[in-house]
Amino acid sequence: MAASTRTARPAVRRITLLVATRKGLWTLASDAARSRWTLAGPRFLGHNLHHVVADPRDGKTWLAAARTGHLGPTVFRSTDRGRTWTEASKPPAFHSGGGRSVDHVFWLTPGHASEPGAWYAGTSPQGLFRSPDGGATWAGVAGFNEHPQRKAWCGGDQDGTPDGPKMHSILVDPRDAKHLYIAMSSGGVFESTDAGADWKPLNRGIRADFLPQPAPEFGHDPHCLRFAGSNPDRLWQQNHCGLYRIDRPSTEWVDVGVGMPKSVGAVGFPIVAHPRDPEAAWIFPMDGTDVWPRTSPGGRPAVYRTLDGGRTWRRQDKGLPASQAWWTVKRQAMTIDAREPAGLYFGTTSGEVWGSRDEGRSWRCLARNLPQVQAVEAAT
Amino acid sequence: MIARYRVKIPSPLLSYTLGHDEVIVTLPELSPDHAPPLRAIVAALDSSFPGIRFRMVDEQGRLRPHIAVFVGPKAVRDLAAPVPPDTDVMIVAALSGG
Repeated sequence: MAASTRTARPAVRRITLLVATRKGLWTLASDAARSRWTLAGPRFLGHNLHHVVADPRDGKTWLAAARTGHLGPTVFRSTDRGRTWTEASKPPAFHSGGGRSVDHVFWLTPGHASEPGAWYAGTSPQGLFRSPDGGATWAGVAGFNEHPQRKAWCGGDQDGTPDGPKMHSILVDPRDAKHLYIAMSSGGVFESTDAGADWKPLNRGIRADFLPQPAPEFGHDPHCLRFAGSNPDRLWQQNHCGLYRIDRPSTEWVDVGVGMPKSVGAVGFPIVAHPRDPEAAWIFPMDGTDVWPRTSPGGRPAVYRTLDGGRTWRRQDKGLPASQAWWTVKRQAMTIDAREPAGLYFGTTSGEVWGSRDEGRSWRCLARNLPQVQAVEAAT
Repeated sequence: MIARYRVKIPSPLLSYTLGHDEVIVTLPELSPDHAPPLRAIVAALDSSFPGIRFRMVDEQGRLRPHIAVFVGPKAVRDLAAPVPPDTDVMIVAALSGG
């Protein structure tokens, strides 16, 4: 039988967006064409959800990082795509007597494909936790949480975002379960090659305009870190001080924000990588001038896309408001699906979810009047 | 002797107590002149309703910022505070913003 010459294409699957808000979880489910979307929810009404993530390894486990205005942090888990939920019996917590307590779980990352059930969580203040059992129980990763340099790397409570310093962007190398990256606001980017037993800063080439030293080893403010979809040797970084790319094994980040228009700048929170094209990525610029409004520059929201590894960026705003739209998009609130062409999605702090099924060429509003959107993740 | 406490539960914690806004906690009383600490009552509460403690007390044994506890009429923030037998304990979810 002759071998097929057809190029492999991603299976056509319906997409479910997990929309984590400051007041609960909503889902947006698409039809096969991604033209009709159905909003469902709320679940956990009143809970402050920083991240809700689906496990791509089994297609049915969802984890939710939650707290409420009154109650402490926890993790809820579902093994039936969100129909029923149970609380972790041992949520992420620092060891007693150490003085630190978890304020909220900020980031969730499924573990390596060879470690089914393994998950990582990043917290505020900065802590790294691992679950071996699908999020039911969590333990601190001592190699980071108890590292002798941890306090120097993280700084104090004042060295972070307005709602607390945090760990985010936990990346697991798809080729090696022991190879991990983390990012901290503040603290910078760190790498481990031994499953988290030890860590090294990875911040050369990144500016830190808010620090006195010209080239500090750590203390930076990465906002979001992503693997380039098909090439885990390439990472993209949206930083407080611009846009960067690194091609490992180099340890030097390259400034790829220089191609952005001066009137827009290279500041924002999320960065999203194409699932197959390592040259392609998207950002959502926000105003980082003056007192840092963190809103769409000039009230004219747009996504910017590169197709050449960050050398040039092109504005994509078709369908978005042309004026008087002062949006903020948080670092977990922009994502991409694996369809062909890829679908892009983002949620705003003003409670809207927007989507594009043609890789950002055109946009439409999928939901509005929701609470502040904190994270958007795509599940199939 | 058994020490008995009526504990009032605020609405954010009712999911742990199966909707009961008032539960009874009992502890062995060590001696007539020794009142158990509040932490023992919270521990007993967690034995009956697993998970409730961590939502109101952090891993360092501190009441979370927006949780208040009244032992009788007195507000306490220290889990070492003694709670005489038959004293009502009221857990309150205090103001926490919008």
